[in-house]
Amino acid sequence: MEDNNVQVFVFISALGSCLNGWRKLSQLAELPETHLIIRQTCREYADKELTPIAAKLDKEHCYPAQQIKELGAMGVMAIEVPEELGGAGMDYLAYSLALEEISRGCASTGVIVSVNNSLYTGPILKFGSEEQKKQWITPFTTGEKVGCFALSEPGNGSDAGAASTVAHQDGDEWVLNGTKAWITNSWESSAAVLFATTDKKLKHKGISAFLIPMPHPGLSLGKKEDKLGIRASSTANIILEDCRIPLGNLLGPRGAGFKIAMQTLDSGRIGIASQALGIAQASLDCAADYALKRTAFGAPIGKLQAIQFKLADMAVAVESARLLTWKAALLRDSKKAFTKAIQVLGGMGYVTDMSAERHYRDARITEIYEGTSEIQRLVIANQVLKEYQQ
Amino acid sequence: MSGRVLVGVKRVIDYAVKIRVKPDNSGVVTDGVKHSMNPFCEIAVEEAVKLKEKKLVKEVVAVSCGPQQVQETIRTALAMGADRGIHVEVSGKDYESLGPLQVSKIMAALAKKEEAQLLILGKQAIDDDCNQTGQMTAALLDWPQGTFASEVTVEGEKLKVVREIDGGLETIKINLPAVLTADLRLNTPRYATLPNIMKAKKKKITQVKPSDLGVDLTSRLQVLRVDEPPQRQAGVKVETVDDLVSKLRECGRI
Repeated sequence: MEDNNVQVFVFISALGSCLNGWRKLSQLAELPETHLIIRQTCREYADKELTPIAAKLDKEHCYPAQQIKELGAMGVMAIEVPEELGGAGMDYLAYSLALEEISRGCASTGVIVSVNNSLYTGPILKFGSEEQKKQWITPFTTGEKVGCFALSEPGNGSDAGAASTVAHQDGDEWVLNGTKAWITNSWESSAAVLFATTDKKLKHKGISAFLIPMPHPGLSLGKKEDKLGIRASSTANIILEDCRIPLGNLLGPRGAGFKIAMQTLDSGRIGIASQALGIAQASLDCAADYALKRTAFGAPIGKLQAIQFKLADMAVAVESARLLTWKAALLRDSKKAFTKAIQVLGGMGYVTDMSAERHYRDARITEIYEGTSEIQRLVIANQVLKEYQQ
Repeated sequence: MSGRVLVGVKRVIDYAVKIRVKPDNSGVVTDGVKHSMNPFCEIAVEEAVKLKEKKLVKEVVAVSCGPQQVQETIRTALAMGADRGIHVEVSGKDYESLGPLQVSKIMAALAKKEEAQLLILGKQAIDDDCNQTGQMTAALLDWPQGTFASEVTVEGEKLKVVREIDGGLETIKINLPAVLTADLRLNTPRYATLPNIMKAKKKKITQVKPSDLGVDLTSRLQVLRVDEPPQRQAGVKVETVDDLVSKLRECGRI
């Protein structure tokens, strides 16, 4: 697993060069009491309610509606949303911890939680008007309704600036046409934050963000994709054919869509990193448990050095990834620039050796969505070169 | 009934942990071992919080006896909905020898001091399985007791309690103030909500010393030795019922 060795090396050197935030982070070696209780509560929930059904959800591609409602009641579906709007009013570190534990139980449930938090309520919290927040966030905090984020298209993913979905003004309405692809939560969503071009000549500065209720006339869904992993969450196309929405459904200023999308994904990446951590930890737990039980040559295989080295590598990778994720969350909470930290962890292939095939299938997606590993490498390279040019 | 409920919560080794006996056989290993709230105490807290939500009680106070670490357990009760906490500081040798007799004296003193109308405890702790504290506390206070409660209904100034007993279910009616001990089927404890966990941070935990309550912690018991249960031996498979009967006769079981 050469790839992972390189990535672990990159983390360690990135860690070493980020001394500024490091001292703050090492004070975090012991989490604050509230965060410990949050982590414990989510772990208990995941152990009792998610782990026992995860395999079944995966096999039957079944959306965990009951569990999402229960998580909503706990405040997990809107962790950063302020209490006045119905959320839990907590920081990003709490979000990262909660998401890791949920994903450890069931990665699909994790992504449903993550999309609703980071990609749906996230941009509305940051860029929405007070009226929009009440209308589009509050009903989505309880788990009864979930939202989705529609940026990617069949023709463009990583090059989000080339959006070909268009929106033009017609009287007091926007009319949208186009197709969005790979939209998580699409089939269960009651609303979408959707990106469309309002001024093609301005290229990526001509993209705007819109709030669209679902279902809605002119909006239809493609077939559910049959995926390798995270199978209990729906992924499908959203097709817009003369879909009309009020002018007031514009989210943020006209032309700010690209900026909104990028900022949202930057934060969302911490969520996905947490999800990957949860999957990695579940795999490590699985592997260690198996190593203690499975015997070969008269003893548990955990006694063999070859197995021990693998477990050690997994443990180090998970722990370093976890610290980096926490650091990114902390930096974001203190409103400092955090893209440097998450750039490194975004493209991880955390899980080095899986004994559970579902974890492997679920983990693979974390290298693709919300910023592919390849794009991450380009971003990292750019950053590194910029530093050396100074 | 519109008063104060005291709930006792005990910090015990987590139920999922594999217990290990100390090499000197003086007790079990607790250092670095995961601890959590006794499951029956969770059920007790849930019942108290439910009573408050039904507006049948005004205030839920969570109490725990032990060293600094028990504050985590009290904080968990606060996150579930208790209003404030009382930490009775007991540490060192006193904590090692702390048992139902000492705890019930403390609980009785607190119940009087706090003018509690109801005291709810778990039926027993999963570490010592004593099943004594509730009963002893009721006796010390001369209050009626509803132990092994699987259902509690408030009827004016009385409580109707359905108890799980060996023969089935027994329903009794008791006057307030009273002591209840929670059994497994009384309720399903809630998961703390994230906002409540945050709110719990601001709720007050007062520290109290047993001497302030006039309680003598001297134990009348001395633990001589702790041993692991004997290792389970492998069983033997037999082919027929006759074989089974003769094998049982062989080892003198019948």
